Amino acid sequence: MSMENALPISHRQRLWLYALGGLVMLFLIAPSVIIVIMSFSGSTLLQFPPQEWSLRWYESYFGSVEWRDATIVSVKVAVMTAVAATLLGTAAAYAINARTLWLTGAINALLTASLIIPVILIGIGTFFLYARIDLNNTLTGLVIAHTVQALPLVVLTVLSGLRSYDMNQEKVARSLGAGRFSAFFQVTMPQIRFSIVSGALFAFITSFDEVVVSLFISGGETTTLTRRMFNALRDQIDPTIAAISTCLIVLSIVLLSPAQLFGRGR
Amino acid sequence: MSIGSASLDPACGPDRGLNADALRADARRESRGLLALLSPGLLLVFAVIIVPIGWLFWLSLFDETGQLSAANYARFFERASYIKTFVTTFKVAFVVTGACVLFGYPLAYMLSQLPRRAASICLIFVILPFWTSVLVRTYAWLVILQRKGLVNSWLIDLGVISQPLPLANNFAGVVIGMTHIMLPFLVLPLYASMKTIDVDCLRAGMNLGASPAATFRQIFFPLSLPGLASGVVIVFVLCLGFFVTPALMGGGKVIMWAMRMEQTTSLYSNWGAGAALGVVLLAVTLALLGFFQWLLGARATGVWSQR
Repeated sequence: MSMENALPISHRQRLWLYALGGLVMLFLIAPSVIIVIMSFSGSTLLQFPPQEWSLRWYESYFGSVEWRDATIVSVKVAVMTAVAATLLGTAAAYAINARTLWLTGAINALLTASLIIPVILIGIGTFFLYARIDLNNTLTGLVIAHTVQALPLVVLTVLSGLRSYDMNQEKVARSLGAGRFSAFFQVTMPQIRFSIVSGALFAFITSFDEVVVSLFISGGETTTLTRRMFNALRDQIDPTIAAISTCLIVLSIVLLSPAQLFGRGR
Repeated sequence: MSIGSASLDPACGPDRGLNADALRADARRESRGLLALLSPGLLLVFAVIIVPIGWLFWLSLFDETGQLSAANYARFFERASYIKTFVTTFKVAFVVTGACVLFGYPLAYMLSQLPRRAASICLIFVILPFWTSVLVRTYAWLVILQRKGLVNSWLIDLGVISQPLPLANNFAGVVIGMTHIMLPFLVLPLYASMKTIDVDCLRAGMNLGASPAATFRQIFFPLSLPGLASGVVIVFVLCLGFFVTPALMGGGKVIMWAMRMEQTTSLYSNWGAGAALGVVLLAVTLALLGFFQWLLGARATGVWSQR
């Protein structure tokens, strides 16, 4: 296995490289591991490793009406964002993949603009726009703003699925009498379904973890989980946030591992 | 793309000539159909991103009295507090980018040299934090670095220091937290580009008598530069507009560009000034990305999809 790219350099000669790489890997993983362990601490003090264990911070998270409401808002927004972004993004990716339209460069630039434009500018701009059309502090406003941010991820994921799919199959189906839609849903979609699911998962997590735009446009009854966390962190270090953080870490792993695997599988 | 011509399988071969005209007319109708598929997404992006930014740009051209003026931009050069913000922002961006190169290059190099299975296991260490919410990671660093945090209590227990070190709520805290967040943005594209370097080139160098160090310096390193450059530009550009970590770990002392925008608009409701800051930030971002894309060709854009 290792012979495929083995150079005549022994592992011993590379020990310094492994040591350095290992340290950087430790730097990358340590914060998450520490937070997960500390979330089970029984003490209000920040001690590592904790002296006593308990689930009190999870109880404090699930027992608090404010945290629960914020979580429900975030879940609602993320689900609706995933649905909207997947529908719009898949349709857009399909159209781009056909390559018959003019100005594909400009279309791509516009669709992926939210990846490149600094998110703080999107936040301020959205807040400014919403103030005029009364969408601040509404679920609809959050879903629209998050959909725009998730759209490029869905488009890129589905597009990469379509690129590895032979579009002639759909043409054959249509030449045999299937309409455009039934050809897509019966022939193409089953074969790119993993890309579409990956895109939906990316969209969900993009919305669920979004902070900056939500800071500007959510509030009151529609305060998202991340906005509440941000405000809580400005005040003090509440260990409840360690329990919430652990839930977020687990959620990311559960949702994005299949997305990563599906993405690669196609 | 004309649907009736070429590359279709023989199944519809005999009918091809007859169908061609009808299909060509169909193709035009399809173009309209495709545009209809595309337009909801495009309209949404246009309405939520392009329109407000254009509006803000328009606002930035007027002063408080509604007169057309460059006052919103002139104040960047006149007021010391703005100049300080820009200096801080670029200082943070340079230090964080430098730290990412320093830590990220050896890691990416190691990943690229490991056997496939070991590399994919080690890659988890890069991808897992990449997936984790920025807020969660910033919280983790606050817990680790603050006055009564983990690092300080360990060092005091060990007797290394008697007074807690100021690690959070200052420049150092912002740099450590941001380096952690930016590192995957450098390592992932760099690793991807290092994987494409042909091992035979390296083997040839060594066969011709070059030492491992010389092979690295003269062959591997130059070939890895395009990947490094795209990683560097992504990290630098993201640093310039970064908000969450400096806002939470700067302790109110490290005011970066994005925080300044937030304060100007939310706190002081000075939309003209805030908009001008945003316009300049966008211009700098696009200029840097454009410059690197021109320098490196298509590689730079391909890397954006890594996000």
